[in-house]
Formats: sequence, C-alpha cells, structure tokens
Amino acid sequence: MDLFFTMLVPFTIGAVAIYAAFRRVDVYSALVQGAGSGLETLTRIIPALVGLMTAVYMLRASGALELLARALSPLLDRLGLPSELLPLMLVRPISGSAALGVGAELISTYGPDSQLGRTAAVMLGSTETTFYTVAVYFGAVGITRTRYAVPAALCADLTGFLAAAWAVRVCFG
Amino acid sequence: MTVIWTGMVAASILCGLATGQGPEVAAAAVEGAAAAVQLALSIAGMLCLWTGVMEVMRQSGLADRLSRLLSPVLRRLFPQAAKDREAMDSISANVSANLLGLGSAATPLGLEAARRLARRSPGTASDSLCMLVVCNTASIQLIPTTVASVRAAEGCAAPFDILPAVWLASALSVGVGILACKVFSRVWRA
Repeated sequence: MDLFFTMLVPFTIGAVAIYAAFRRVDVYSALVQGAGSGLETLTRIIPALVGLMTAVYMLRASGALELLARALSPLLDRLGLPSELLPLMLVRPISGSAALGVGAELISTYGPDSQLGRTAAVMLGSTETTFYTVAVYFGAVGITRTRYAVPAALCADLTGFLAAAWAVRVCFG
Repeated sequence: MTVIWTGMVAASILCGLATGQGPEVAAAAVEGAAAAVQLALSIAGMLCLWTGVMEVMRQSGLADRLSRLLSPVLRRLFPQAAKDREAMDSISANVSANLLGLGSAATPLGLEAARRLARRSPGTASDSLCMLVVCNTASIQLIPTTVASVRAAEGCAAPFDILPAVWLASALSVGVGILACKVFSRVWRA
C-alpha cells in the first residue's frame, strides 16, 4: 500500500504523458509551457511570503504565540488538536501564503515524518484560504448579502482541521 | 491584510520587550525574510513540474473528460442551476480544475459560473452561489503538490504518503460544508 502511494505520482505523470502522446499533443513543449506558469505563480507568492514569514518569525521569537497557545490549549486538547498547530489554524482561512510559511516552519521544526509535521501538512492540503475566496467571488459579482456562505465555509474549515488530526492518527498510528 | 500584518509586527515587538526577548525579535525579522526566499526556491522545482503536467492534461483533453465525468454529481448540488447549461459547464470546469489543483484556472472558471448564477438575484447570494463559494473555500485538490514540495524540501523520503489522510480530511471537510449549506439554506432565507 505504501509503495502504491509512493508510486502514484510517477504513474500519474507517466499515464498523462502516454495518453497525451497518443492524442498527438506535443507533450514536452506543453510540459515546459506549464512549468513556466508555475514559475510565474512562484514569483507572485515570493513577495507575500517574505512579508508574512518576517512577521511570523518575529511573532514566534517574541513568545506571543506561546502565550496565546497556552491560553487556548485546554480547549484544543479536548478537541484532539496539538496547540503547536494553533498559529497555522489561525492564519489558514486568511492567507494562503502565510499558512504555507507557518506550515513549512512547523514541518521543518518537527520533521516532515513526525505526527505534528504530518498533521500540519494534511491541514494545509485539505483546507483553503476561505476569506480570500469569499471576498474574490462575492466581490467579483457584486454580492453584498452573502447570507450563510461564510458560516458554512468556516464549518468546513473547522471540520478540516479536526479531520486532519484524526486522519493522521488513523493513517499513521 | 494591512491590519493583520501591522498587528502581528506590533504585537511581537510589544511582547518581545515584555518578555525580555527583544534581541531575538530583531534577529528573527532578518531570518524570516531570508527563510521565505529559501522556501520558495526549495519548492520551485516540484511546483513547476506539476503545473507542467497539468498543462499536458489540459491540452490532451483529459481535463475536459474529468469535467464531463463530474456533471451528474454537480447537478444534484446545484438543483436551481441544473437547467442553465452554460452555468453548469463553468461549474464542472471549475470543480475539475480544483480537483487537479489548477488554482489559476479554477478561479476564472468559478467567477464565470458565479456571474451567471448571480444574474437571477442581484445583490443577494442565491443558494447555488453560496454552494459554489463554499465548494471553492474547501480544498478538494487530489494531489496537494505545494505541501508535498515543502515536505520533500525538508528531506521527506515519501512526501506523498499523506495522500490518504488528505483525501479523508478533504472529503469530511467538503461534506460538512455542503451539509451546512443545505441546512442553513432552510433557516437563512433570502
């Protein structure tokens, strides 16, 4: 099973390439063209990453997060969420690149294969930047009465966090 | 974002001075900026590889096939929009772009769908529009490439071993989001 998930990625790439080659797509130039757009994404997120990781590093060094985490940890413990992940959960709905910065920090501090590192990765992989998305969609179509969209989206986020901690416990013991 | 960022910086300076960790805060500001660029560089390779593969899927028509596959499910989620062919097409293209992790393709497609859905009730979000937005705020990406790139950069041998856990958590989160929409739409009338 482990080998299957490890090989899933190369299999996916291979299968896509073979299918596309049969459909007479110029596979290599499509790949290169797409990779170029990845680079554009990257240059777009670097400035935001610099701004946010500076603030996150400062906040971490100041001890403010520990104070907040200590205040909230009884509640988090009851929900089965480690308090180290609190900063990630707080920024996740607000900023994607900030969450990526905070998550990368957690993964590097605790190790990618630790329980905490895995939970952080699953949280990042299974939730989205809720407030940004809501603002973009409703802003673009001129909707001011958003009714239940935000509460429903936050229900989904909270479930995602709880489910991430639970799923890592189930899948990795 | 302005308020949040400024607040974070101000809070860390105040807190750092209060706890006597002022010098650490000063050093952290420099470290953080450097770490951001390092992080970006270390994930660059894998990110570009995946956007490349996605482009191959788009050009070969695989992405279209996926979106056709999804339409029966989506018709149930958006009953009021089911008759609007073009809205449904945009919605399924948006959802399949999200599944593939094509964020930059998903947003324009989703906005196109939102524009059509909003036409019937200007100013107020209809049930279909709320559902579309909630589906887009919940991550349904099948292969979370950015996170996997970060794990790989930290020396993880099998960066994708979290896939089953990610699918489980995503499915639960999207499920609750959809359920919340259906329940709230009864209570929270337009």
